[in-house]
Amino acid sequence: MALDDTKKAQQFKVIGTRPDRPDGIDKVTGRARFGADMVLPGMLTGRILRSPHAHARIRSIDTSKAEALSGVKAVVTRADFDDVPEDMADILDNCMAGTKALYDGHAVAAVAANSSAVARKALKLIEVDYEVLPHVTDVDEAMQPDAPVLHEGCQQETVPEGMSPNVIARSEFGHGDVEAGLAQADRVVKRTFRTAATHQGYIEPHACVATMSADGQGDLWVCTQGHYMVRNTCAAILGLEQGQLRVTASEIGGGFGGKTAVFLEPVALMLARKSGRPVKMVMSRSEVLRASGPTSSTSIDVKIGMTKEGRITAGMAELRYQGGAWPGSPVDMGAMSAFAPYDLENVKTIGWDVVTNRPKAAAYRAPGAPMAAFAVESAVDELARGFCLDPLEVRLMNGADEGTRASYGPTYPAIGLKATLEAAKAHPHWSAPLGENQGRGVACGFWFNFGGDTCVSLNITPDGTVTVSEGNPDIGGSRASMTMMAAEELGIPYEQVRTIIADTGSLGQNEVTDGSRVTFAVGLATIEAARAAKREMCRRAALVWGIDEDAVD
Amino acid sequence: MSQIHVTSRINGDATEFLCDADETLMDVLRDRLGLTGTKEGCGTGDCGACTVAVDGRLVCSCLMLGAEAEGRNVATIEGMATGDQLHPLQQKFIEMAALQCGICTPGILVAAKSLLERNPDPSEEEVRYWLAGNLCRCTGYDKIIRAVMETAADMRRAS
Repeated sequence: MALDDTKKAQQFKVIGTRPDRPDGIDKVTGRARFGADMVLPGMLTGRILRSPHAHARIRSIDTSKAEALSGVKAVVTRADFDDVPEDMADILDNCMAGTKALYDGHAVAAVAANSSAVARKALKLIEVDYEVLPHVTDVDEAMQPDAPVLHEGCQQETVPEGMSPNVIARSEFGHGDVEAGLAQADRVVKRTFRTAATHQGYIEPHACVATMSADGQGDLWVCTQGHYMVRNTCAAILGLEQGQLRVTASEIGGGFGGKTAVFLEPVALMLARKSGRPVKMVMSRSEVLRASGPTSSTSIDVKIGMTKEGRITAGMAELRYQGGAWPGSPVDMGAMSAFAPYDLENVKTIGWDVVTNRPKAAAYRAPGAPMAAFAVESAVDELARGFCLDPLEVRLMNGADEGTRASYGPTYPAIGLKATLEAAKAHPHWSAPLGENQGRGVACGFWFNFGGDTCVSLNITPDGTVTVSEGNPDIGGSRASMTMMAAEELGIPYEQVRTIIADTGSLGQNEVTDGSRVTFAVGLATIEAARAAKREMCRRAALVWGIDEDAVD
Repeated sequence: MSQIHVTSRINGDATEFLCDADETLMDVLRDRLGLTGTKEGCGTGDCGACTVAVDGRLVCSCLMLGAEAEGRNVATIEGMATGDQLHPLQQKFIEMAALQCGICTPGILVAAKSLLERNPDPSEEEVRYWLAGNLCRCTGYDKIIRAVMETAADMRRAS
C-alpha cells in the first residue's frame, strides 16, 4: 500500500499524542490474565519429567507405578505421539524425547494429576532406563572429528566430506576478492571472538491450559508470541485439523524472541486428550533455563584490512554457531548481517551450523546478528584506534548507502545508516566531556524486516464505536498503536476504539510477533481495514440517500 | 495428607483457607484464593514479581509458607485500588507508561507503595535501592523510577 497519500505528521490528530494504554488498568490492578492465571473447571496439573543427562539413549520407560498412583489421570511419553510431518519432527523431538535424551532437561515423560503435589510424586515413580553417552556442549569441540555425535544423517551436502556429523550445514556470502583486498590494507587485524548461549530471560515462564475433546476439538490458552504458529504446529504434531484447534493468546510477560516456539503445548494437549480433562502446565524458572531456547553460543573468526585513512579494503568472517541439539542455528543470519552495514568491494562470510547437547536455540532479538556485529565491530574499532581515527568517522566513510551492494547479495534502497550516524555525530552526547569511569562508543548493526501474514478485522458497532481485532500478541503496547492508527484513520477519538487480540478461530492467519513486524504490518492492515470500513459506509449511505458514493463525506 | 487450617486477613478481609504444609503463600494466593495478580517469575526470591506486604513488611510470597500467614495481614496488588479508585501509584504508572509487558508491575507497585508509606520523600537513589529486588526484563526502569518519584511529589502536595 502506498503511503504517499497519508497525511503529513503535523496534521495527525491522534498519532503523536500519548494516550493511556488500553491494557493499563488491568496491568496495574493485577487483573490482566497471563499464561499461568487461567483456571478451568476440572483442571488438572501437568508436569514434565526431564532428563538429568546431557546425552543418553533411552532404553525403556516404565510408567506403570505413576499411572497407578491415586490422582494421576494421564501419563504421556513419546510412544503416545504418532509420526509427524518431516518439518515437525525436530519440534516434536524437542517437546518429548524419542530414542535419545539430547540435553540436560530434555522432556522424557509427562503426567497430569489432580494436584501439583500428586503430579510431582508421580514423576518420581516413572522409571527411565538410560544408557549415558558422552556429550559435547561447546561449538568448536562439537566440530572436532572425534566429538560425540548427536545425529547421523542430518549433514547437508554443503558440508565438505570428513567433518563431524555434528556440522550440519555450511553457508557462504560475499563478493570480490578478499585476499587481494587485504593486500591493499595498511593493517590487517585477525581476531577470534566467542559468545555464550544467553537466555532471553522473560520474567513470565512458559504456561498453557489445554482442553481436548474426543471428537478432535481442542482449545489452548497459552502465553506465546504467536498463537497461530502454536495452532499450526500443535495441529501437525497431534494430527488435528487446524480449524479444530482454537488457540487464545494470554497476556505475555516478555518474550524477546523466546516465545516463538512450542515447548509445553503439544504435551499439554496430549495429556488433555488422554485424561479428558483440561490440563494446565507451567514451567518453573529452572525448566525455563534448562529446556526453553536460549540464543546460540558462537565462535567467530574475523579478518579485516584497513588503509591508514580508514577505508576498509576487505572483510572476512567465519562464524560457527551451535543451535542446540537440532539443526537450525541462526548462523545464516549472522553471516548475512556481519558486514551488512558496510560498503565493501571485497567481503566474504562463511557460516557453520553445528549441533551440541544443549536446548534447541530459539530466536533472540535479531537472531544471530548481535554476535556477528560484536565480532566485526570490535575489529573495526581496534583498527580505527590503531590509526588514531574517530570510530564514527570510520563508519561514515565505509557505511552502506542507497545503491550499495550488500555483503549478502541485494542492492540497498535508501537505508538511512549514514543519516543515523550523522545524527549521532551531531548529538551533544557524542561530544559531551566524559566523567570519571565513563566511556563512549559507537557500533553499527544490521537487521532485516518483513511483513508476513497479517489479518485485521475492524467492526463498527451500532453506536458508531469501533472494535479492532488483531492476531498478534501485544508484547509491549501494540494494542495502543493499533487503536491510535484506527482512530486516526476513522477520524474518531482514541477512546472510541478498542483493540483486542483475537483467538485463532476468529481471525485469519497471522505470522508471529517477531522481527519488529507488528507495528509495521498490523498497522498497515489496520489502516487498510479502516479505509475499507469508510468506503463501505459511504457506499451504503449513497444507496440510502440516492447520491454518488463520492458525494458522501 | 492432612492440611493446615489458616486464618488470616487478606487485603483487609478475614480469610480462611486450607493449605499443605509445604505450600507457599504465593501458591495459596494464586491457586486457592484466586488472587493471580501476584506473579511467579522465579520461585526463588530473585525477581520480586510475587512481592506482597505481610503486616506491612515486604516479602517474596514464593519464599513464605501459606501456613505462616496465620494471624497476619497480607496485602496484595488486588487490594491496592479502592473500588474503581486507583492508588496514585497505579494512576501514575499508566500516565507515564511505566510498564511494558506488565508481568513485574504488580510486584513493583506493592513494593513502591510500601516505600512511600515509610518515606514520603525518597531520593532517586532510595527509590532505585528500594526497588532493586524487583526485576523488569523489559528494562523499563527509568520510567518506573520517575513514576514513583512523581507520585511521591503529588502525594506530598496533596497531604
